[in-house]
Amino acid sequence: MTSLPPPSAKKLGLVIDLDICVGCQACATSCKEWNTQGVSAPLSDINPRGDDPMGVWLNRVHGYEVPDPVRGDSRVVHFPRSCLHCEEPACVTVCPTGASYKRAEDGIVLVNPDTCIGCKLCSWACPYGAREYDYLEGVMKKCTLCVDRIYNQNLVEDDRLPACVKACPTGARSFGDLGDPNSSVSELVRDRGGYDLMPDMGYKPVNKYLPPRARRDTLTVESLPQSDGSPMDRLFAWADKLLSRSQTSSKANPQDNSGKLEG
Amino acid sequence: MNPAYSVILFTTASGAGYGLLALLGLVGFVHGPASSPGFALVSLAVALTLITVGLLSSTLHLGHPERAWRALSQWRSSWLSREGVAAIVTYPVALAFGIAWSGVFGFQALAGILGLLTLAMCAVTVFCTGKIYSTLKTIRAWNHPLTVPIYLVFALATGACILMAISSIFGRYQPFQLVLAFVSVFGLAGLKFVYWRMVDQGARKHTMKDATGLGAGVRQWEVAHTSTNYIMKEMGFAVARKHALSLRRLFYALMAVVLVLALLTLWQPLFSVGSAVAALAAAWVERWLFFAEAEHVVGLYYGAQAA
Repeated sequence: MTSLPPPSAKKLGLVIDLDICVGCQACATSCKEWNTQGVSAPLSDINPRGDDPMGVWLNRVHGYEVPDPVRGDSRVVHFPRSCLHCEEPACVTVCPTGASYKRAEDGIVLVNPDTCIGCKLCSWACPYGAREYDYLEGVMKKCTLCVDRIYNQNLVEDDRLPACVKACPTGARSFGDLGDPNSSVSELVRDRGGYDLMPDMGYKPVNKYLPPRARRDTLTVESLPQSDGSPMDRLFAWADKLLSRSQTSSKANPQDNSGKLEG
Repeated sequence: MNPAYSVILFTTASGAGYGLLALLGLVGFVHGPASSPGFALVSLAVALTLITVGLLSSTLHLGHPERAWRALSQWRSSWLSREGVAAIVTYPVALAFGIAWSGVFGFQALAGILGLLTLAMCAVTVFCTGKIYSTLKTIRAWNHPLTVPIYLVFALATGACILMAISSIFGRYQPFQLVLAFVSVFGLAGLKFVYWRMVDQGARKHTMKDATGLGAGVRQWEVAHTSTNYIMKEMGFAVARKHALSLRRLFYALMAVVLVLALLTLWQPLFSVGSAVAALAAAWVERWLFFAEAEHVVGLYYGAQAA
């Protein structure tokens, strides 16, 4: 049934901290590994060992550059992108067969691989690029929020997390109920100003992103330790002066005379 | 968007078929039973063949054609499902109309009302096709008030040209067919002109800033993967954008050929065959551009600054 269920109280989703994601791709590879043998199996690869491999991945980690006009430089932000399990997902309502659906009990958006006809319309309707078509299976694949892990009684309790969350070495990914205002993920969103991607699309994503914090690194000439006046310090200062003079006169390395870190 | 030939064939062939079928329904409604069963049967066969070829092409384009029947189930929410239902319902209505209108099995009294029903079902089906595209908020060029009218007028214009051609072959050419074809083709060219101007001048509302939430000046530093993926192949199609202007000119040129050949039917009706061929070629070019020029907002995650 691709008409949406009434809004669920429980809204399972992810909170992704862009401040601490290091772009290691562990979430993406762990996702691929779990889901190519779980309910979405297989996540087909075409020509996997050839010159132009291509395959289905449910999580992609982009890199963006954000300029800092005050400092005059840029910072790199690693940006994992997967299904946001929207509260009002257009990918579900456009589905002609009912294969795409939103679970009434926890809000997870899933595709039934046994009834999907592979028309691809859901992927056209998704602004976030969350759905990838499996050319070999002829059906659409997407993030399941590891529905086969989070409720899996065969796993020890610590492992009942989405594979991406479990794999993240820096703790940049948190999983929980965003419908519960007292959950740890809701608190994170409140404390850190978690935000929606493209809110004006109107699909109300459940997953939230935490913005990078203000930068603390202030590595400038002024911030380096100053001389304490000890004999050893004065010796180094004298040596530095001597070496700087000989370098300037010989012009051995004209590029490296900014002196920024030499003080 | 990647212009899949199966979908282009579907929307152009079925569009023309529904346009022709709708006009036959109109003729039946206005004039009652056909005076020539041969003409009625051949023109209906052409319309239904065009529709069926298109529908089969779109079905075979699916990952699982054998499950296509499932697409009839979600008409409450999905325009694609509604299109499927409307297409299926049109068949028995059109066949009943064909029987009554051609008069081969009698029931000629019903030709008028069945003609009107056929016309309505064709309009509903093409309307649903247009709606599939116009309701996608992710694609600015499709999520446009002129998308549905253009689909409807396209079906009418190509159908009118084919009606004139079949009529000429059967020696039943009439000037009103020329008027219909001329007005609809001229109107279509005008609509496309306005549409392209609006799309070219319209604002790209979505930005990489909204897509990432990372503030002003954000730009792509590293793509998420080293080789291509489905998203880039399906949504990132950019080959035709390079040739868009010359292809638009080709569309206008073909429209002009259609109009000139249509006018020449006043001297020799068989020019209408060329007119119909040119109209279908124009439809193919336009539909290819409709897909190839369309930019999807997911491009914002792959380096596009606005969409």
